[in-house]
Amino acid sequence: MHAALDRTLIVMPALNEEASVADVVREVYEKLPGVKCLVVDDGSTDNTIAEARSAGADVARLPFNLGVGGAMRVGFKYAVNNGYDNVIQIDSDGQHDPSGVIKLLEALEVTDLAIGARFAGEGDYTVRGPRKWAMRVLSVTISWVAGVKLTDTTSGFRASGPRAVRLFAEHYPAEYLGDTIESLVIAARSGLRIQQVAVSMRPRAGGTPSHNPWKAATYLGRATMALTIALLRPRLPDPEPGVAVV
Amino acid sequence: MNLASYLFGIVTALITLFIVIELLRRRRLRERHAIYWLVAGTISLIFGIFPQLLVFAAGLVGIAVPTNLVFFVSIFVLFFVCIQHSSELTALETQTRVLAEENALQEMRLRELEEVVRRMPPAIGVDTSSGADS
Ligand SMILES: Nc1nc2c(ncn2[C@@H]2O[C@H](COP(=O)(O)OP(=O)(O)O)[C@@H](O)[C@H]2O)c(=O)[nH]1
Ligand SMILES: [Mg+2]
Repeated sequence: MHAALDRTLIVMPALNEEASVADVVREVYEKLPGVKCLVVDDGSTDNTIAEARSAGADVARLPFNLGVGGAMRVGFKYAVNNGYDNVIQIDSDGQHDPSGVIKLLEALEVTDLAIGARFAGEGDYTVRGPRKWAMRVLSVTISWVAGVKLTDTTSGFRASGPRAVRLFAEHYPAEYLGDTIESLVIAARSGLRIQQVAVSMRPRAGGTPSHNPWKAATYLGRATMALTIALLRPRLPDPEPGVAVV
Repeated sequence: MNLASYLFGIVTALITLFIVIELLRRRRLRERHAIYWLVAGTISLIFGIFPQLLVFAAGLVGIAVPTNLVFFVSIFVLFFVCIQHSSELTALETQTRVLAEENALQEMRLRELEEVVRRMPPAIGVDTSSGADS
């Protein structure tokens, strides 16, 4: 067992995931003994809460939908208030393999924020057109801001170390795309170290990602705008004043 | 049109854009609400720089006096933003109401819980009056 596991909080944002959430929670407890698993239900209209509880997770229920960013804020605040050092975000749809958490935790020994990135091609759908350009622009720009090469900036499989947890508990963005794009920009510009860790991801359990070109173009526009604004914003104070930035 | 009125149009558009971007930057305005002002500011900047475009566009839709097109578009944008605000207000009211309801129900649950705890035998119940072993 990894020593850091009992200081680690797994946060799973969930919106209408009754079909998968219980299995994911069980798998987390099985593969990661000692962790605490918090499911943040974001106004689901199905049985997500009962399913998550039946699998042994703690469930925070938001009275209405706040989006992934809003749900993660709850997780970060819970972690700070209850003395957890690390927060790891895992999707409740089963796309993220909990075994990858060990690799992310190992990365946290030398970094503040570890992003679980898809292996090229593995279990992944091919993205084309505007959406591909959007992802390309995002990773190039964010890599430049962060000072390290990041290829999968929209990944929701991430581990935050103590400094990131303190920063995010106060400043995690709740806006559209804020949880992926702006959170990385905030972290990088506050001097946090970011690292990418290769993990395998499973294909989506149900449904297919849309290839609707209009939606993809809208995504490109919104992502570019979110990124531009994030870059324009003044940097936030360092969560640990006095500690040298490496 | 003389130079003064030409510059006036451009400067006004620039000031509008500056204010919106500055509010965005300071996190005083969310992207969702800023987008209409950004679009409106950009359009007025473009028409400010190239007034011939306005004449052309007015001709396209058959408006005799080009400034009328400006008024029409301005009123349309304001109208649209007003509707959006009304809709956001409705959503906010719903959320506040839900929060108040949840708060009332939670207070009742807490009270019931306190009552049960108070009635418990001291050995099991949490004795808050003695403040021992801390
Ligand atoms: N809290 C919260 N979670 C959400 C929301 N939308 C999606 N999720 C969760 O976020 C995770 C990823 O969502 P998904 O739709 O699979 O995104 P993708 O993996 O990027 O395609 C899943 O665990 C969803 O249940 C939301 O509005 N609020
Ligand atoms: Mg998913």
